[in-house]
Amino acid sequence: MEVGAGLSRPYKKTVLKISQELLKKIHLLGEKAYPEEGVGFLFGTEADPRQVLSIYPVANAREKEVRHNRYTVAPQDIIRADEDAEKIGLNIIGVFHSHPDHPSKPSEFDLKWAAPYFSYIITSVQNGKATESRSWRLNEDRNAFIEEGIESL
Amino acid sequence: MPTIKIPTTLRHYTEGKSDILVEGKNVAEALDSLCQKYPSLKKNFFRKEGLLEASIQIVLNKNLINDLQGNQTPLKENDILRILPTIAGGK
Repeated sequence: MEVGAGLSRPYKKTVLKISQELLKKIHLLGEKAYPEEGVGFLFGTEADPRQVLSIYPVANAREKEVRHNRYTVAPQDIIRADEDAEKIGLNIIGVFHSHPDHPSKPSEFDLKWAAPYFSYIITSVQNGKATESRSWRLNEDRNAFIEEGIESL
Repeated sequence: MPTIKIPTTLRHYTEGKSDILVEGKNVAEALDSLCQKYPSLKKNFFRKEGLLEASIQIVLNKNLINDLQGNQTPLKENDILRILPTIAGGK
């Protein structure tokens, strides 16, 4: 089941800035992972609006047989990513992952595991070709995602 | 005293601090100590019954506490606990 932007009360609309080059890299990683889900971190700054300045692909640590519709990142990869972000003066500001043959909207499973402080870029990969990326943030009540605008640089 | 390391993404809850010394003989006591210092962490990451939100996981040295004795995992003087976001999802 998809979770759209249906809201019980208004929330501030957020924006995520990212270059065309980085967005293209995210698309290529989604295509490379196909038919499995690919995943990685968004490094950037907490300025308003947030800006992605680097991406950090990591392995999908789920079992091989469920990687077509599930992803997770091993704790050691999270620690390594966090340390590497800090070394270059950036923060982990979000996560990107791909949805093979599925829309770029968050699922109930995405909602269950989401954290409120991250931006989540989801890329739809149809028949091996990345078609669209959209970014989402969990609302304050943690019961729905709100789409945030992607400002492509 | 054990140390809790806070990842970059959660440091706005800890006034920017990355390494926090806490008191406690086990993980639960250490987390209580942390939350007393930074109440917004408790509000954001712990449910009423004291359980961690699903979006957070705790690593002791290099092991998830869920693979040890959970919140009752004993701590030694120089142990390092890490609070990590859980990164998971799927279509």
